[in-house]
Amino acid sequence: MTNLEKYTKAFEETFNITAEQTKGLEYQAISEWDSVGHMSLIAALEDAFDIMMDTDDIIDFSSFEKGKEILAKYDVDVK
Amino acid sequence: MMWTLSKFKNNIAIIKETGEKVSYGEMHTLSEELKGYIPKRCLTFILCSNELGSVLGYVTFLNNKIVPLMVDSNLEQDLLKNLIKTYKPDYLWVPEKKFDQFKDYEVIYKSCDYCLVKTDFDNVYSLNEDLALLLTTSGSTGSFKLVRQSYENIQSNMNSIVEYLNLTSSECAISTLPMHYTYGISIINSHFAVGASLILTEKTLMQKEFWHQLKDFKATSLGGVPYTYEMLEKLRFFRMNLPHLKTLTQAGGRLSIDLHEKFAKYAHDNDKKFVVMYGQTEATARMSYLPHEKSLEKIGSIGLAIPGGEFSIIDLDGNKINKPNTAGELIYKGKNVTLGYATCGSDLSKDDERNGILETGDIAKVDEDGFYYIVGRKKRFLKMFGSRVNLDETEQLIKEEFKNIDCVCTGFDDYMYIFTNVKDKENDILNFISQKTGINHIAFKVKFIPAIPRNSSGKVLYPKLEEYYD
Repeated sequence: MTNLEKYTKAFEETFNITAEQTKGLEYQAISEWDSVGHMSLIAALEDAFDIMMDTDDIIDFSSFEKGKEILAKYDVDVK
Repeated sequence: MMWTLSKFKNNIAIIKETGEKVSYGEMHTLSEELKGYIPKRCLTFILCSNELGSVLGYVTFLNNKIVPLMVDSNLEQDLLKNLIKTYKPDYLWVPEKKFDQFKDYEVIYKSCDYCLVKTDFDNVYSLNEDLALLLTTSGSTGSFKLVRQSYENIQSNMNSIVEYLNLTSSECAISTLPMHYTYGISIINSHFAVGASLILTEKTLMQKEFWHQLKDFKATSLGGVPYTYEMLEKLRFFRMNLPHLKTLTQAGGRLSIDLHEKFAKYAHDNDKKFVVMYGQTEATARMSYLPHEKSLEKIGSIGLAIPGGEFSIIDLDGNKINKPNTAGELIYKGKNVTLGYATCGSDLSKDDERNGILETGDIAKVDEDGFYYIVGRKKRFLKMFGSRVNLDETEQLIKEEFKNIDCVCTGFDDYMYIFTNVKDKENDILNFISQKTGINHIAFKVKFIPAIPRNSSGKVLYPKLEEYYD
């Protein structure tokens, strides 16, 4: 599985949505991505890529696209 | 009058997300204007959000004997319509951005991004003279069951909170709880009582804007339900530099021993106060608090009854238990014990049905030093991220939606199990209940089992269901 596939899968599974729906997705745009869902998403990504995210990155993780930039800081290339 | 806004006219009442400050004097002027549009005592719904307009409506209505019924501005439309049909309010106070839902009605006034909407109803149900405020018991399932709070209830609970938290006008709380929720309201009440400030934000702990507001506007306190504290830990709150933040309060369910200890220790080491509290909507908000100096010594305790309140514990026969460390039902006595419930419009005229005594439905014990501990629960509900969710109500909602289905709801706080005897409906049930309650689907687990275990008289055998837990 590529990093992008892994990344997308974390969104699909956490929010119970399709890969199509992840495109351009933003925090609170769907009811599942609330603060409870956000905690689960971060945990899923940390597991998937074996990283530990900083507070500033957790609270800056505001969209599907923004998350890709943030993961790059942890040497995870999601392109 | 509940709050004399003009008394603190030069103090800051509200700091908005933008940083704009609104003084008590300005609130007073806005409030005087709004009240002019509602000529007599009547029922008004407030669609609550953590925004200036929402607080303005609440304060104005309570100050002028207009009875607000508080609902979440994001409440599902069908549930809201049913509530309107049941209680027939004269007016609705709604965020302008939600106005689309109420196009059939006439807007008679706009202020602070909220609008006052006149319905077709005119004092349909008579209101008991002591009735001040109506809150839902289980907001998320859109239950019709409301808690009836009196002016005396609100006044006495507010005074107790001001006293035990030593609130002064220099406090500045940031809104971390919804305003239709009794804990959120109690923070507004107690801060307005002393001329303190509120930072209002719709942002969550998971957004950087929230943290900017907290730091830039120098919040001195925040309140949270157990889940808030889980999030704070995940965000490595203990490493943050927040010199102005002095007080952390916790209510809305039982905090884990582990988190209680971590936050108590952090507060102790960093010259902050961590105050664990206990309450219910039926007691206006607060019944007990653990004094912050005792937070490390009495981990897991809900503390002592608030000033003016009194606890006792009774056995199954209703006799008072005087021995320490013996479990029984917790009974509370105080002026903040609410009048009772309403389940239909005509109940709004009912008198006080409790006379100051509340059977909490919680099982508790008291230690040798007089500190109380909750050890269980008599009633069938879960606390889901701070809100009470009645399990019989969620079962009913599912059975109404999915015909010919048997289902049982059970589980733990923040995690509900739904067992059903119909295969391949798990995902539909999950989506339905998550949407109806507005609670993230992560908190539900729907499981198929061939038959719901019942005894010969049809009662569900809950212990048997535990075998199916993950």
